[in-house]
Amino acid sequence: MRKTLLRLEGLSKSYPGVRANDDISFEIGEGQMHALLGENGAGKSTLVKMIYGLVRPDAGAMTLRGAAYAPSQPSEARRNGVAMVFQHFSLFDALDVAENVALGMENPPPLRDLAARIRTVSEEYGLPLDPSRLVGELSAGERQRVEIVRCLLQDPKLLIMDEPTSVLTPQEVEILFRTLRQLSGEGTAILYISHKLEEIRALCDEATILRGGRKVATCDPREKSARELAELMVGQLLTPPERPERPFGEVVLEVEKLSLKSNNPFGTSLKDISFQLRAGEVLGIAGVAGNGQDELLLMLSGELRAPSPQVRLKGDPVGHLGPNGRRAMGLVAAPEERLGHAAAPDMSLTENALLSASRRKRLERGGFIDWGKTEAFAREVITRFDVRTPGPHVLARALSGGNLQKFVIGREIELDPDVIIVNQPTWGVDAAAAATIRQALLDLAGKGAAVLVISQDLDELLEVADSFAALNEGRLTPVRPAKGLNVEEIGLMMGGAHDMHVAHEAAQ
Amino acid sequence: MILGSINPAVLLAALMVAATPILLAAIGELVVEKAGVLNLGVEGMMIMGACIGFIVAVNTGSPFIGFIGAALGGMALALLFALLTQALMTNQVASGLALTLFGLGLTALLGQRYVGITPPRTPKLDLGPLSDIPFLGRALFTHDIVVYLSIVLVAAVWWFLKYSRAGMILRAVGENHDAAHALGYHVKRVRVLAIMFGGACAGLGGAYLSLIRVPQWTEGMTVGAGWIALALVVFASWRPWRALAGAYLFGGVVVLQLNLQAAGVRIPVEYLSMSPYLITILVLVIISSGKGRSLDAPGSLNRPFHASS
Repeated sequence: MRKTLLRLEGLSKSYPGVRANDDISFEIGEGQMHALLGENGAGKSTLVKMIYGLVRPDAGAMTLRGAAYAPSQPSEARRNGVAMVFQHFSLFDALDVAENVALGMENPPPLRDLAARIRTVSEEYGLPLDPSRLVGELSAGERQRVEIVRCLLQDPKLLIMDEPTSVLTPQEVEILFRTLRQLSGEGTAILYISHKLEEIRALCDEATILRGGRKVATCDPREKSARELAELMVGQLLTPPERPERPFGEVVLEVEKLSLKSNNPFGTSLKDISFQLRAGEVLGIAGVAGNGQDELLLMLSGELRAPSPQVRLKGDPVGHLGPNGRRAMGLVAAPEERLGHAAAPDMSLTENALLSASRRKRLERGGFIDWGKTEAFAREVITRFDVRTPGPHVLARALSGGNLQKFVIGREIELDPDVIIVNQPTWGVDAAAAATIRQALLDLAGKGAAVLVISQDLDELLEVADSFAALNEGRLTPVRPAKGLNVEEIGLMMGGAHDMHVAHEAAQ
Repeated sequence: MILGSINPAVLLAALMVAATPILLAAIGELVVEKAGVLNLGVEGMMIMGACIGFIVAVNTGSPFIGFIGAALGGMALALLFALLTQALMTNQVASGLALTLFGLGLTALLGQRYVGITPPRTPKLDLGPLSDIPFLGRALFTHDIVVYLSIVLVAAVWWFLKYSRAGMILRAVGENHDAAHALGYHVKRVRVLAIMFGGACAGLGGAYLSLIRVPQWTEGMTVGAGWIALALVVFASWRPWRALAGAYLFGGVVVLQLNLQAAGVRIPVEYLSMSPYLITILVLVIISSGKGRSLDAPGSLNRPFHASS
């Protein structure tokens, strides 16, 4: 029996209106790989924030190596050997790697010594890094290495990883796991947060499952099937979306040899993109974040203008048209960022419905808004997509991420488009809502619309897509039929593991 | 030959004097913006420094105590801004504008009894033989201590931002306040301190106008120096040494146009007085054209910070 490293007893935390954590108790042993599983909003983030000293529990106690442990801020947690790799990276684009590492340390050595230590540690664990590069120029995988190296330099006893693989290619995930196993072998405990069940079954030796802020089970994930774990997480039975066989129609959207410079200095420019999308087809585009997904969506939605003849909608050149012009022609889009891009945070759902639907639903007449009709449309979206909200007068920012996502996707689907482009349609959405959104997209395709799904979630793409391509550094691979593709092949399409393989082999 | 009547050594000396107030204000604002806060109240804090510095200097008879008073006066107004924007979460742009209007009004009231008085003279720093060097001595080594202090301050800010840990934390807070918070840094504390430093610098700059450059107190005497300082920070791409270069460039244009006026060039005086401002606009347009977000601008500039946890 290994020794207990961290024991949680009855931890509770409430926010106004929400009981985020309710009486949670479990133990993490030294060198153990412990998974924390749960849907979005189950309370995983709040729980680890308490362990890392960002949030103070209302009730309950923690014991670290037998001594009482109640960190009031992250620096205290770090001094006690608790380190954390964040889900949304806590990095500074305009600072270099060494400075970013130094900011996460308690007593960093002078920058020159630190740079040398970064090189040593990163090579030892197969995570090559150049300390003098600006973080804004790094890929998502490299940025994560910065975070991990930052933690490793402090010899952590407990490493908390918050959904670390959501931005990695399958090959990069493999290497991350090797690093984590190496750490675990050296006695570092790892608290691994994820909702990717196969990963957890491959990696962890114990799992604690949260649902609605409560602990529902602690089990050995290797002894359960992914389905059993999922049902524990969700608390209900899950049905995979239905996908009727159907013939494809004519080509409706066509992009030919398009190169386009990004409008963001840290963005990725599109290089020589070509593809065709037929009526009734669902095209899935995979890729690690930051490989041109945002730019592709902006280019297709019309927010970034392109040379006209290279983007064609039903045969007509549309590159010069803005989003409204393209909507009128039947092309709608739902971007990844919900607050501030897909929806205006401080406007009501009715107003947000108006913003994208006014043209196709004729909600405006002679420059005046028909509020009655607009509200009816917003209500329709809310009912059909099961958006949990008191009514259409509620501000967009007041909705939880998953609910708002259902609303913004539903709003576009209700427009009866001929082509719909979505980026990360189920990002941060719980499993039940994600299933609704995927089913709605498939239904739309069944009715003859062309659907383009950009996503970093491979399981999602394999579930909905008929054909498949990947973005890698702004280039799009040729489109292939999704049937018969396996994860290995997709990983290679996504660009493999960049330079990580070599480094790992060199380190061994 | 009209231009022949302008002595380059005197011109250079006058340029440094003309540049010092905006340089002081700009280097303060640079630190504030590096911490992610846009304080448009520089003009208000400068006039506050000009007024308080003048009052303190006249009453104590010491220009040095006057400068200290000016820094405190600017800092007091900056603290008001910090209270509004960091504690009460008001909009930074609106609060900054209000600060300028408030400063102009308040100083008009406070300074009423001081109009027309001559302040105690600030002695020139005696640099001995250095000031006897031909040309350079006249141009560079005949100034008061504040001119040199402003240059030292630029060097200090440069060193602080580039090499010190505190400076790195300040840049981190300005670049991505959410990440800085997640790592456990006190975003608001850093910002309040930066705002106070900015206020003190602006105050010093204002006092340099009323105690040395003019030297007199009149209502609204900063006439836009604060706005020039703000433009200068952008011009300098948030880099201290470039701020120095920009300030001297601007000072040069001011002094040159004054000399041209005095030399009787046949251009209407109004056009000459406009020229420094026109050049500021021109430079800003050239710098900001052709790019999206400038790579140099702090990532969290003018974004309010709410701690969500």
